[in-house]
Amino acid sequence: MTQLLDHHELQDTLGKLARAIAGAAPRDVPVAIVGIRRRGETLAKRLLPLLEKAGIAPLHYGVLDITLYRDDLTTIGPNAVLRGTEIEFDVTDTWVVLVDDVLYTGRSVRAALDALIDLGRPRAIRLAVLVDRGLRELPIQPDFVGLRTDTESHHVVRVMLKETDGVDEVVLDDRGNAH
Amino acid sequence: MTAGTRTKPVWTRKHLLAIAELSREEIVHVLDTAVGFQEVSTRSVKKVPALRGRVVVLMFFEESTRTRMSFELAAQRLSADTVDFVEKMSSTSKGETLLDTARNIEAMGVDIMVLRHPAAGAAQHLAEHVSCCVVNAGDGQHAHPTQALLDLFTIRERKGRVEGLNVAIVGDVAHSRVARSDLRGLQTLGAKVTLVGPPTLAPKSFETMGVRVTSDFERILPEMDVINMLRIQKERMTASGFPSVREYIRLFGMNSDRLKHCKPDVLIMHPGPVNRGIELAADVADGPHSSILRQVTNGLAVRMAVLFLCQQAAAVE
Repeated sequence: MTQLLDHHELQDTLGKLARAIAGAAPRDVPVAIVGIRRRGETLAKRLLPLLEKAGIAPLHYGVLDITLYRDDLTTIGPNAVLRGTEIEFDVTDTWVVLVDDVLYTGRSVRAALDALIDLGRPRAIRLAVLVDRGLRELPIQPDFVGLRTDTESHHVVRVMLKETDGVDEVVLDDRGNAH
Repeated sequence: MTAGTRTKPVWTRKHLLAIAELSREEIVHVLDTAVGFQEVSTRSVKKVPALRGRVVVLMFFEESTRTRMSFELAAQRLSADTVDFVEKMSSTSKGETLLDTARNIEAMGVDIMVLRHPAAGAAQHLAEHVSCCVVNAGDGQHAHPTQALLDLFTIRERKGRVEGLNVAIVGDVAHSRVARSDLRGLQTLGAKVTLVGPPTLAPKSFETMGVRVTSDFERILPEMDVINMLRIQKERMTASGFPSVREYIRLFGMNSDRLKHCKPDVLIMHPGPVNRGIELAADVADGPHSSILRQVTNGLAVRMAVLFLCQQAAAVE
């Protein structure tokens, strides 16, 4: 097991992400931060105050549940727990930043794009991820990346966050290893 | 993609046949899943691709426009294709016809059968003989699980909980699958149930199921958190054991006078369609205590959850 980010590095990485997003955000279009359940949701929530500090306000915030849009539903089966999408604003004509923890095959992001577009017509959608581990299966690339790392398919990148896991840490592990 | 926590799935059933076979955890899982589906119906695009390419056949051997429509919309909002099978059938050839019909339909490649049938146990029988999912949409006087689930959902939504609530079910309990299903579901979630009706329609024998049975509606009103008024089937009113309509209204009808004796936040439910002025006075049915239309709306989300969960369970089988 290799540690990729410890608590401080994770906070710094989020700060870096927030500054990059703030630098790119348009000033004349409402900005929305949308986290993909579940860890993308937590990361998006943490980015909010950082973005406000960087001068991006007002901000919309929402959470996307992509369970019903996944292409691997039949393999993950009843493990998929539906928690629901919570987007209370009209996404049409907003500049949306999708936030996820790890970018891997790109399939989650594909599902998120479909889910988001069913809600309206955003002016633009950008993708921010904490870790890009490579090995894409779809032509999807991030706009804002916290950490790029080369991995192999037998690896697992675990993003653990205080809110859901009690600790802030990102580790690279072997798929066979029990957590 | 992070490796999620792979806990043991709560829901592993490909059929939903009766509420009585569900554990507390399973019921709560359906209700929680339905919360996630509520949002879909509020969007401009009221559709998600979860059951895209799946076929749901609605087999209604008994007239029920609302339940059939609710299932049909639920399936369509999950992007499934729906087919209607409508047949009036003779009572003599029920069992034979049902299986024969079902096998023929299955041979066309359907994924989920939603069955409404006048014979108790029909859904169970079907599930034993076909390989696709079977969802019971009401079988005789036996069970109507999605009605119970949507009633539980509505109670939980309005009251914040089900456990510990005093719930009355009023009317022709003996012949009602809604009453039976609601009763079992409420008990599983820890509500205290009182059955109310004339002894011929709410017999004392129900006490063996651990519920209170009474024919004194007025006396129990002040204790109740929820009062579920069953629909009086007018065609049954000529049967022996049934009081006259006037007598029924006087003893068991819910009206604004009786409402004054209830808790200020009492919830009045009805599975619909209402016989206005018989079991429920019009002003109560349309008043702030009534959840009748909300039950219909919630029914859609609950049926989406049921179709989704059964299909998922079948897919990993």
